[in-house]
Amino acid sequence: MPERSFKKEVEKLRIPAGEEFAGEGILAVTKALLQSGVSYVGGYQGAPISHLMDVLSDAQDILGELGVHFESSANEGAAAAMAAASVNYPLRGAVTFKSTVGTNVASDALANLASGGVTGGVVIIVGEDYGEGSSIMQERSHAFAMKSQIWLLDPRPNLPSIVEAVENAFELSEASNTPVFLELRMRACHVYGSFISKENRKPALSLRDALENPKRQLDRIVLPPASFVHEQEKISKRWPAAVDFIREKKLNEVFEGERDDLGIIVQGGLYNALLRTMERLGLADAFGGTQIPIYVLNVTYPLVDDEVTAFCSGKHAVLLVEESQPNYIEQAINTVLRKADNQTRVFGKDVLPAAGEYTSKVLRSGLVGFMREADPAFQPPEGPFETMAASIDAVAPHLPERLPGMCTGCPERPVFASLKMLQKEMGDFHVSADIGCHLFSVLPPFHIGNTTMGYGLGAAGAAAFNTESSNPAISIMGDGGFWHNGLTSGIGNAVFNKSDGLTIVVDNNYSAATGGQNLLSSKGSAENRSTQHPIERAVRGVGVKWAKTVRTYDIAEMRKTLREAISKKNSGPKVLVAQSECMLNRQRREKPLFAKAVNNGERVTRDRFGVDEETCTGDHACIRLSGCPSLTVKPNPDPLKTQPVSFVDNSCVGCGNCGEVAHEAVLCPSFYKAQVIFNPNGLDRFVWRVRNAVIQWLQTRADKRRLKLA
Amino acid sequence: MLSNRERPLTIAIVALGGQGGGVLTDWLVDTAQSNGYLVQSTFVAGVAQRTGATVYCVEMFPKDRARAIGKDPVFTAYPVPGDVDLVVAGEMAETGRAIQKGFVTPNVTTLIASSHRVYSITEKSALGDGIVDQQPVAQIAEKAAKKFVCFDMQATASETGSVISSVLLGAIAATGALPFSRESFETSIRKDGRAVESNLRGFAVGYERGSAGVSPAPEVPTDVAKPAGPNGYALSARIAATLPANAGAIALHGALRALDYQDVNYAKAYLDQLDAILQVDRAAGGEEKGFGLTEEVARQLALQMCYEDTIRVADLKTRHHRHERIRDHVAAAPGQPVYVAEFFHPRIEEICDTLPAPIAEYVLRSDGLKRVLGAFTKKGRIVKTTKIGGFLMLDLISRLRRWRRGTYRYKIQQQLIGDWLENVRSASHEDYDYALSIARCIELVKGYGDTYQRGLTRYQTTLDAVRKSTSPDRAADVRRLHTAALADEQGRVFDDAVNALRQGV
Repeated sequence: MPERSFKKEVEKLRIPAGEEFAGEGILAVTKALLQSGVSYVGGYQGAPISHLMDVLSDAQDILGELGVHFESSANEGAAAAMAAASVNYPLRGAVTFKSTVGTNVASDALANLASGGVTGGVVIIVGEDYGEGSSIMQERSHAFAMKSQIWLLDPRPNLPSIVEAVENAFELSEASNTPVFLELRMRACHVYGSFISKENRKPALSLRDALENPKRQLDRIVLPPASFVHEQEKISKRWPAAVDFIREKKLNEVFEGERDDLGIIVQGGLYNALLRTMERLGLADAFGGTQIPIYVLNVTYPLVDDEVTAFCSGKHAVLLVEESQPNYIEQAINTVLRKADNQTRVFGKDVLPAAGEYTSKVLRSGLVGFMREADPAFQPPEGPFETMAASIDAVAPHLPERLPGMCTGCPERPVFASLKMLQKEMGDFHVSADIGCHLFSVLPPFHIGNTTMGYGLGAAGAAAFNTESSNPAISIMGDGGFWHNGLTSGIGNAVFNKSDGLTIVVDNNYSAATGGQNLLSSKGSAENRSTQHPIERAVRGVGVKWAKTVRTYDIAEMRKTLREAISKKNSGPKVLVAQSECMLNRQRREKPLFAKAVNNGERVTRDRFGVDEETCTGDHACIRLSGCPSLTVKPNPDPLKTQPVSFVDNSCVGCGNCGEVAHEAVLCPSFYKAQVIFNPNGLDRFVWRVRNAVIQWLQTRADKRRLKLA
Repeated sequence: MLSNRERPLTIAIVALGGQGGGVLTDWLVDTAQSNGYLVQSTFVAGVAQRTGATVYCVEMFPKDRARAIGKDPVFTAYPVPGDVDLVVAGEMAETGRAIQKGFVTPNVTTLIASSHRVYSITEKSALGDGIVDQQPVAQIAEKAAKKFVCFDMQATASETGSVISSVLLGAIAATGALPFSRESFETSIRKDGRAVESNLRGFAVGYERGSAGVSPAPEVPTDVAKPAGPNGYALSARIAATLPANAGAIALHGALRALDYQDVNYAKAYLDQLDAILQVDRAAGGEEKGFGLTEEVARQLALQMCYEDTIRVADLKTRHHRHERIRDHVAAAPGQPVYVAEFFHPRIEEICDTLPAPIAEYVLRSDGLKRVLGAFTKKGRIVKTTKIGGFLMLDLISRLRRWRRGTYRYKIQQQLIGDWLENVRSASHEDYDYALSIARCIELVKGYGDTYQRGLTRYQTTLDAVRKSTSPDRAADVRRLHTAALADEQGRVFDDAVNALRQGV
């Protein structure tokens, strides 16, 4: 059950031609794919294109009507390999994943695809996870485009431009027999806007037609001697064909301005931020009118050399706005100009920073730096950060850092609470972590995890430590990473190499960190997918002898099992499957059902945890073993005490972790669980009344006793 | 190029996970569209839930104006500092962060903020008080924004049974920062169709309070202790006659606590100790310092005398007002059954605390007995205080209080208190501030199990290290070690500080 349902929104995909389509970027991209007549779509979820996968998944009916095959691929490599269908046949296909991490995984398939080339158009939609809110290493997809000669589109971030880019990408791909990357930046994926829709197109050739009329072209297979021919072909045929197409179709845009002695070249995706920053400097208006001509690279690879020289000629200075590093475009433009013997000076990463996101603040200082160099008469108006400096400086010391953490009631929390207790008993462990929600364990309050080497690579990351030690290496992997590649790269690898370590597979029924998509081991049944394949069975299948599945909230059992796994020496790799459903998903499913049951008068109970403020001593050891958002603090109501007391707020979902931790860590007697009975039946009410009467009588007696002493 | 600086209205919404920033954005988009505006909104998906806060950006511009100009505006995906007309922040520290990001410009920005706090993990997990006070942020915000609207919107949401996003929308409507009528905002809530009634309720109160601007934080009433019977009044009279006012206010709390904890003689013994400390205080020149030492000892002595042993915990857990507080906490309806389960895990040490001192000492000396008893205390126990059996058990334990003076913990606690007061006394001959720092340092000794052991060890180490050092400013040394003792659980910072002092660094 994914984080967001798009069941309602996908109906917009049926909007007839000529009407306005209003919605988010991911929906617009899906519509553009249908307008382009794709035959198949595949991909692997991950921010910022997770929701594109969810939209496609929710749009199965519409895709089916058009004869489009959609797969939730096992990983990005599998997704990219799907594009093999377009090598021999004029079938259009699209794949999507997070970049650059997904592109890393896919690059084997992508390089093969790009070498042999394609017959049908292939568009690879990469969600560029760069800058604010990013969860990965900061790199750029541009390098992949250059190394395999895959063309790279980076359209202006508005829906009409994005939709047009998708359509152009297929044509460009077919015109140059080359796959094309379409780069979507973080915020572009969820930009809400509108465009005028076109008719959805059924693919001209169906998958079935292709399958029933197989075609084989030996010269498209990457094997010598064809592979050597491919390289020549890329340079002599496909590249020039692409450049011609880009030029003829005017995929790049020039916005003219009065100052023809200056110019700005910008990646399409940065255009809006650039323009609005120019507007604040009085160099443009908010409607695209500009003083300085702007050349917008909606295609950032390959460059169209004569467009570049034409734009630069007659200008004494040009600013290149190219985000992130290395400065591939700057190098290329300088080469182009040098070869054309054009003397225009190119400013770029000298006035703009070499690394990091180009926010409005950064762009402003770059623009001011450029203008000061290029036009001595230029006087920038006072900047907003100068106006606001006093308050910005004043506020800085009062801002507590807000770090990411696991959600309320997360089933992974007890796993790390157990590990933290284990470390207290046995000393610290080397823990090889993975990608996923569980990576938040490296932060407070758990401080567990030494490295993360990539999705599904937690176990492989501990491989070198296959050596005798009192505290063996522990590796962690999520169910998402496990099925992505961890079963082979981690578990199979450990079996084959006779590792003696422990791998904890956190199995929460979904690929939770990417938005709760289904997996092979998901407990629920899913339409169009085969689920319910237990992880324990899979690891036993590749030769693991010691494998156990433990319910995560059972901390006593979890600790016992961990101790057992660690004490068992020379017995091969051990796998502990820590199993409990992702609470976010569970609540999404159960909350409405619970509310309905209460409304229908059914007898239901709800658990809530609490802390007695009178017995809490304000040490917060409980919080240091939890970090649950609902376990927080509040001012001490006791006038004699100054330290805040722990407090469970209204968001508590009653997962039980607090009580288990209090028991296992021997914390304090302050935790209680309150079970509230809704719509109690006759017996409930009777028993409650009796108990209550007796207890209240005892309490009144005690009150009287106390009063006598008071 | 246009000559004037005509541009879209920009809204930045800073929301935490679960605050409904997306829903609020949807309402704003809908309201703007139905008022004939072109709108763009953006956000980074899935981030608010797990990584704290996220920024939603909404831009809008009248369609007919765009037609007149002949071009649509170029909308930005991220708020451009200097051009943000409206900032909406669902929490106080995030309000500060919005200012830090440059979203709040004087003469431009209307800032709507909820004054409540959602504490960060570093604030929550401190060994003592880790909360970063946000009062200065409110003062800075007042100056930083064109208009500042601030009240506790989370509380408003709870009061109205709605969610904070609807309260925020009401406050947005009230400020007039957006050129739309109250009705058109309400229409968007209705069109959305989800929880319409409660959202409209939240909206209405948000509108009302938003119109008022900045609501001052509610005054915290000074907590004056009130005696409940003749013994209490007698103690109160004695305090009024013997102790200075500031120390007396605390001492009344302390004396009544001791009375409630044990008996009137215990409360008198508390005041006897205080009288003695007052003499020490006066002799050390405390009059000029407002008898700060007596005040501090009044507070700490009460807490040390009324330590939480099994008897006290059982007593507090069985009281009527405590059961009422839990019913309140879970919002139970009158007569609705609420069953309470307590999580206890007494170790051998806690059991011995409540045993008669000679027996406890015997047990603690005997490894064999410890092992046997230890086997019984491996697992925690769940006691149901809303069932008769569980209640009776705790009720029974609470009645052991008449024998408390014979327990092991009482004996060692009296020793601890005696030593501590003696330390305070002898330090006062040396330096008033040194005595005060020792008086305060005893607060490290608190809690149960490991927390108690850790605190006790660090308290004793602190005093010992300072006593043996030749450093000139002992008060500062105690304070430094006291702070270090609360820095981390493993004690790395504390150990470093102690070593530094021992080596005279």
